Amino acid sequence: MKARRLGAWIAIAIGASYFIVPLLGTLEFSLRMRRDAYSFDAYRSVFSDFQFRETFGYSMMMAVLTIIFGMLLVVPTAYWVRLRLPQVRPIIEFITLLPLVIPAIVIVFGYLRLYNSSSILPLTGSTSGTNMLLMFSYMTLSLPYMYRAVDTAMRAIDVRTLTEAAESLGARWPTILFRCIFPNVMSGVLSGAFITFAIVMGEFTMAALLNRPAFGPYLQLVGANKAYEPSALAVIAFAITWLSMGLLQLVSRFQKSAPAKA
Amino acid sequence: MAFLQLTNIQKSFGPVQVVHNFDMGIDKGEFVSFLGPSGCGKTTILRMIAGFETPSGGTIFIDGKDQGALKPNQRNIGMVFQAYALFPNMNVHDNVAFGLKVAGDSKPEIDKRVKQMLGLIKLEHLADRFPYQLSGGQQQRVALARALAVKPQVLLLDEPLSALDAKIRVSLREEIRQIQQQLGITTVFVTHDQEEALSISDRIVVMNAGRADQIGTPFEIYNTPATRFVASFVGTLNIIEGKVADPAIGAVTIGGQQISLSEPITGAKGGDSISLALRPEAGSIAEGARGDTALPGKVVSRSFLGSVIRTKLRVGEDIISFDMFNDPGMIPPVAGESVTLRFAAKDLLVIRE
Ligand SMILES: Nc1ncnc2c1ncn2[C@@H]1O[C@H](COP(=O)(O)OP(=O)(O)OP(=O)(O)O)[C@@H](O)[C@H]1O
Ligand SMILES: [Mg+2]
Repeated sequence: MKARRLGAWIAIAIGASYFIVPLLGTLEFSLRMRRDAYSFDAYRSVFSDFQFRETFGYSMMMAVLTIIFGMLLVVPTAYWVRLRLPQVRPIIEFITLLPLVIPAIVIVFGYLRLYNSSSILPLTGSTSGTNMLLMFSYMTLSLPYMYRAVDTAMRAIDVRTLTEAAESLGARWPTILFRCIFPNVMSGVLSGAFITFAIVMGEFTMAALLNRPAFGPYLQLVGANKAYEPSALAVIAFAITWLSMGLLQLVSRFQKSAPAKA
Repeated sequence: MAFLQLTNIQKSFGPVQVVHNFDMGIDKGEFVSFLGPSGCGKTTILRMIAGFETPSGGTIFIDGKDQGALKPNQRNIGMVFQAYALFPNMNVHDNVAFGLKVAGDSKPEIDKRVKQMLGLIKLEHLADRFPYQLSGGQQQRVALARALAVKPQVLLLDEPLSALDAKIRVSLREEIRQIQQQLGITTVFVTHDQEEALSISDRIVVMNAGRADQIGTPFEIYNTPATRFVASFVGTLNIIEGKVADPAIGAVTIGGQQISLSEPITGAKGGDSISLALRPEAGSIAEGARGDTALPGKVVSRSFLGSVIRTKLRVGEDIISFDMFNDPGMIPPVAGESVTLRFAAKDLLVIRE
């Protein structure tokens, strides 16, 4: 019994070190920009880089827009499917899984074919059009996580009966959706939002091929040209992801109500 | 035309017809229960009144107004669900206020009305609680207050007590009835619990496979069930199989013994089979019990139900159960004992199939 416990701990330690050692190595390396002592010079250099601030801000804004528009798409869809079209649920689930199966590069080439400047809808012809296209592609990428998070939250409340209760009290559908349904799936919305945030901040393929000044391509650029800064950036990127994940945990723990389910 | 008038309602889901030719008028302020086994179409009719289902045929009028073209949120109906269906993100006050806010009432008006409603269900002190902080019975009372706050023309309750435990069920049903009478609101109450229906209704509709078998007061339903189904579903009526001996004088044979009913039997001839019902409290085996009819039988079993003792007797081919009051001074019969069951022939009911 004891030996087995010990074995388990050893396995965990090996697994953990597999992740942690490279991370510690990166962290240590990022602190060694100055010859003889540890310093935050690499970080100072990163933060003072004009491009860093620009691309970081750009990606941040894209992430927020993706979350807002993604939720406006996903919540009503998941709601409608649960309420009126339960038979198409498998189809919707399949569609939302597609972005996991189809590589981003394939999707983006598809976009370029469909929306190039000589097409009917020349989104890539203008900067704002391209930004929009990029946002929609981020929405696509985050769809599997977003849909699942929201749908799971909806399973916890009795969507149909709540809707009927609201309807019998005279409410119309915008009221029902935004006052009775949305607040009760907030935990799902938030977890979907944090995952989306993490995805958008690190995404490379779409942004690079659509030639937008996003954080992902910037990471790659710095990585190819500098020595210490890439390590500092990697640590920063990790910190962002972990912060998102931590907030996600926090939110799901703080979801206060245990909804009545008969 | 009655206040709530259902005329020739039909409902089919695909090829399956689940409600057949349902006709009923419910008066203003009346409390009507739909009673029937699972799947008989009670909920479906209720949902058609509320507008959640569209009838395949027939019309629904409330206060002379055809509801056919109205959506659920355009009808003036209060609905209480089995699963409470309180909004989990709102506290008690906001739940009750929801319909009033939707209607665009002013804040002082809303607060006044909510207070009044919470007073009605005696939960003023819990106005700030969220649904998950309430017991099932409290949640259902809030749901009732929420439905009544908007002053609906008709209140619909779909098995509102089924999710609660036995004690609360009894006290809450009495509370519902009392509030209903106080407000004089027209109410349709769905249940599959016959005791519930009998105890609080003005009238009961006994439903069987999408049809109304009998519509009547609890007294009529219990004492003079119109069909065999009603007889077996409501109460614990004994069904005794007999043969018609002479229809003209109401003579029948039960367990090889001829007895005479108080009335002639119409539409039957000698030798026909006939089903008769006897309420368990109509018979007695006590010494000197009254009754013009006596049947010999053997005790099969007895069960102690508190204030009454229910005894099952074998009489000929039939098992008849009857109740007697628990009298500590009397020794109840034991299984296997031979006894004589006495009752009045006028208590026997002829049952239509
Ligand atoms: N949306 C639907 N689609 C298909 N069939 C349905 C639908 N709703 C109800 N039914 C069928 O209609 C019949 C009546 O259902 P209903 O819910 O009215 O029964 P009920 O009397 O309320 O039963 P219970 O006591 O179990 O609630 C059932 O056979 C049911 O399967
Ligand atoms: Mg039902």
